[in-house]
Amino acid sequence: MKTLEELRKIREKAQGEMKLRESDYRYKVVVGMGTSGIAMGAREVMKAILEEVSQRGIKNVLVTQTGEKGLSSLEPVIDVIEEGRPVITYGNMDVAKARKMVAEHIVNGKVINEYVVSTTN
Amino acid sequence: MKFYRSHILIGIDDASLAAGVKEIEALLRNELQKNNLSDEINILETGTLGHFGTGVSMLVYPEQVTYVNLKKEDIFEIVEEHFLKGRPLQRLILDRSLTQNYDFNYKRRIVLSNSGVIDPENIDEYLGAGGYEAWEKALTTMKPNELVDEVKASGLKGRGGAGFPAGLKWSFTAPIVADQKYVVVNADEGEPGTFKDRLIMEGDPHKLLEGVMLCAYAIGASKAYIYIRGEYKLCIHRLEIAIAAAREYGILGNNIFGSGFDLDIFIKVGAGAYVCGEETALIESMEGNRGTPRSKPPFPGVAGAWQKPTVVNNVETLANIPAIIKNGAKWFAAHGVDGSTGTKVYTIMGDVNLPGLCEVDMGTSLRTIIQQYAGGMIEGRTFKAALVGGAAGVFLNDTLLDVHMDYNSLREYAAVLGSGAILVMSDTVDMVDMLWSVLRFFRHESCGKCNPCSKGTALLFKLIDGIRKGKGKDSDLEQLIKVSNGMQKTSFCALGQSPCMPIASAINNFRQDFLTRINVK
Ligand SMILES: Cc1cc2nc3c(=O)[nH]c(=O)nc-3n(C[C@H](O)[C@H](O)[C@H](O)COP(=O)(O)O)c2cc1C
Repeated sequence: MKTLEELRKIREKAQGEMKLRESDYRYKVVVGMGTSGIAMGAREVMKAILEEVSQRGIKNVLVTQTGEKGLSSLEPVIDVIEEGRPVITYGNMDVAKARKMVAEHIVNGKVINEYVVSTTN
Repeated sequence: MKFYRSHILIGIDDASLAAGVKEIEALLRNELQKNNLSDEINILETGTLGHFGTGVSMLVYPEQVTYVNLKKEDIFEIVEEHFLKGRPLQRLILDRSLTQNYDFNYKRRIVLSNSGVIDPENIDEYLGAGGYEAWEKALTTMKPNELVDEVKASGLKGRGGAGFPAGLKWSFTAPIVADQKYVVVNADEGEPGTFKDRLIMEGDPHKLLEGVMLCAYAIGASKAYIYIRGEYKLCIHRLEIAIAAAREYGILGNNIFGSGFDLDIFIKVGAGAYVCGEETALIESMEGNRGTPRSKPPFPGVAGAWQKPTVVNNVETLANIPAIIKNGAKWFAAHGVDGSTGTKVYTIMGDVNLPGLCEVDMGTSLRTIIQQYAGGMIEGRTFKAALVGGAAGVFLNDTLLDVHMDYNSLREYAAVLGSGAILVMSDTVDMVDMLWSVLRFFRHESCGKCNPCSKGTALLFKLIDGIRKGKGKDSDLEQLIKVSNGMQKTSFCALGQSPCMPIASAINNFRQDFLTRINVK
């Protein structure tokens, strides 16, 4: 049971965390985990990303899930968000591609063009 | 180690194996050898390169060119043009222009504004996205009748199919004095091809809950039920998490925010009958009875669940409410067109490049939806028809591509927006087969309560099945229309009243397809 005041605090804190600028993270990796995504292997993709991130001891990335955003036919879909840059949407991902994405994009800062399906400002 | 100037990665997966990737690979090796390129160009097998079209794909380094939908005869041209002459073959290159500038339309989204953005299993993220602000505003600053008025003023109409004004519906139940009232969410989503409610519930379950809360407060209900189809396991799971979190935070429960208002929300899982999406059959099913429709009146608003005043609303209808209460009716009505305010979530499938979902302003034309949000028609196919609104919908032909998709404009063409399912068909589709499939569905789903529907749907199927088998007569077409019109006038509920819509629109717009089948003898 929270008071309205406590709820407002939670809201403000969450708002802050959603803005990367105000957090400790440089990247936010968002895996689409709707029914279509899961059917196409999003759970395995998510697991692979988490494994890769922990094995490599990467600290500046926040990995999270979300629902379907569109482009359902290209699931699993992953967004990589970085402050001040267009959102990179990778499509048709699988475990191997997801691991490579962590190595190239998150570690080396290199977008893997061939996996990109869309970029949004 | 050998040095290759170029590497070719060939995608091996179930789809490409089925499409003959091995043969194509052998041919490619052979052609490279013939042209003395085997020492310069390396071929590697890799996992899937993605699901583009139906066929075989390969990726060429260092150019990073992806060829898609490859056939055997393409190999000669690729070897000649790309590997000998160094000119990538544009014709077969994966065109990312379709998706590169894909417009998710987040700027205009209302019900799916958070889907694809926040974590649906984390209430804090919903709060961070401005969630439960409307709930707080309502409980601390608004009277129930002010909510009803705001929803009325917004012009919001029910998104479950019939398009009944939501505020008006609430206004019937709100003033009734009763020891118990209910909100029931219709999450049965049985209309074929429709999965918009699923997207809302699995992508942003709290938004639905907040809509339910606001409705409950407006009409004075202390209990709400979400009647959801059993197949929606992920939705059920996320709704359970969301309800538990809301209870924990005191957003649901007793004396919420010290307002004195009590509310709890429960989930009821359906067992998969189309008729149980009809609001009174739904209530029967929820009460544990056989799911058949009740007589109306009394309407559920007066005597619904357990004979108590009950508002039944669709998931998408309720998911619009938080934004209306938070931003006001005027803000909401700035979306869409006169008579059809707000947005609509569509699920698009069939012969388009990017099947899936979109949320756009009411009144957007079918052409725009197909072109801008579904990637257009699959190459080489031309638009023939769209079934809009599911089985209880209508078949539109190409003359209606520019009709604005809103309640009033569609009514002019005897069409309905229905549930928001759009099945796009190219000239490869035969309307006899389509109508057969629709009528088989109705025959299967008729609940058996009334004669016109149970006998009628069987007769309709028999007629279309005869036509499909080449045993039809010209008069069968008039018979289909006559029987379905009769059913429209005499069936107990809208299930039996609906087949006339797909039947009349299919026969009137695509008569030639039927005549061709009838005249092959
Ligand atoms: C056979 C039949 C099936 C229906 N299925 C659904 C359904 O799956 N979901 C839904 O919201 N409405 C469905 N309806 C419409 C409901 O009866 C009712 O109009 C709706 O729940 C009202 O909510 P709204 O005003 O928010 O649209 C169905 C109606 C019929 C006749």
